[in-house]
Amino acid sequence: MHNFDYHAPKTLDSALALLRDKEDGKIIAGGMTLLPTLKQRLAAPSDLIDLAALSEMKGVRRDGNGIVIGAMTTHAEVAANGDVQSLIPALSHLAGVIGDPAVRHRGTIGGSVANADPAADYPAAVVGLNATIVTNKRKIAADDFFVSLFETALERDEIITSVRFPIPERAGYEKFRHPASGYAVVGVMVAKFGDKVRVGVTGAAGSAFRASDFEAALEKNFSSEVLLGIAVSPDDLLSDIHCTNEYRAHLVNVMARRAIAAA
Amino acid sequence: MTTKVTLTVNGQERSAEVEPRTLLVELLRDQLGLTGTHVGCDTTQCGCCVIHVNDKAVKSCTMLAVQAQGSNILTIEGLAAPDGTLHPMQEAFREHHGLQCGFCTPGMVMMGVDIARRLPGADEKTVREQLEGNLCRCTGYQGIVEAILSVANPGAVKEHHHA
Repeated sequence: MHNFDYHAPKTLDSALALLRDKEDGKIIAGGMTLLPTLKQRLAAPSDLIDLAALSEMKGVRRDGNGIVIGAMTTHAEVAANGDVQSLIPALSHLAGVIGDPAVRHRGTIGGSVANADPAADYPAAVVGLNATIVTNKRKIAADDFFVSLFETALERDEIITSVRFPIPERAGYEKFRHPASGYAVVGVMVAKFGDKVRVGVTGAAGSAFRASDFEAALEKNFSSEVLLGIAVSPDDLLSDIHCTNEYRAHLVNVMARRAIAAA
Repeated sequence: MTTKVTLTVNGQERSAEVEPRTLLVELLRDQLGLTGTHVGCDTTQCGCCVIHVNDKAVKSCTMLAVQAQGSNILTIEGLAAPDGTLHPMQEAFREHHGLQCGFCTPGMVMMGVDIARRLPGADEKTVREQLEGNLCRCTGYQGIVEAILSVANPGAVKEHHHA
């Protein structure tokens, strides 16, 4: 690992000031992706700005018809939270199948969402549940947030402070877990809000996306059978050492049907 | 440039000068001499370096020493009583032969303590899922699972698996 300067600011304002002032400063949340990346020397930031001391960015609270999760809340905390378990059990389930228990004790929702790993679990929840990404300067709609591989709508001097999830009528998340890494080869969040249905897919493409054909069919009939005849095009899906794009297209359908069964 | 880190390790306050890039496991092993915590993969996968930070199991190869400033750390060395009486989880690993070569054992024991604390009454399937991030390359999982199960859920251990 190349060396860097380390900062643990006590306020969001001082974190932002560091982010603006340092030539190549990088935010560290749980570090579950960043530290392995630094070890491999795939990144060499001049400064690490640790958000761990910002206690106002930790925790889960009810907010009208939604749940607001502070960006520095760990996966274990989301999975174990009573409000998340009772109001959006699919989100609790998703948080509980990220990585392994030790990773879930450190990794955070804000870090996962900002990193936008194509195989991370949270992007499926953000897109499928129509979450709002709240930053120090604005609120970003789920559909506008993920841009491409590891790329989001976040600006250089922007920090996610919380993620707000509206409470669905029903929702389910299922993933085809890579047996070694635990990452989602494909993960699908299906959520029903009245007569609207959203289907968020992670793992399959460069960034999380909505399976709009699935959504249209499920809005007419919310059952897994209606998806049997609908194929996802493999054209824009990932093909790598783990599997082909055709296989991923197949998995999107299977995971969506399992998610509906679990919803 | 180094910075001073002060933390509580196995009940004692310890301080050390570290570089920002020094990993917590490097601080423990190389500077504090606590070599019971092992480094297997150095890539957050094998779990040999699992310790407790503020009562939660974490992989100490994927945390910076500076991030542990002010934390309460428990390593395998701090588990037994001062008079040498084994912790119930260590005793269970001995009883159920939860080890072969022993390399993964410190991480397995520390994760086992964490599992038993978080999930009292856990069944065998849950224990196996919870060990997702701890690898035993001797593949001696049977005894490890039995050992953890015997502490987390004593009624669930059907038969001993003496080697």
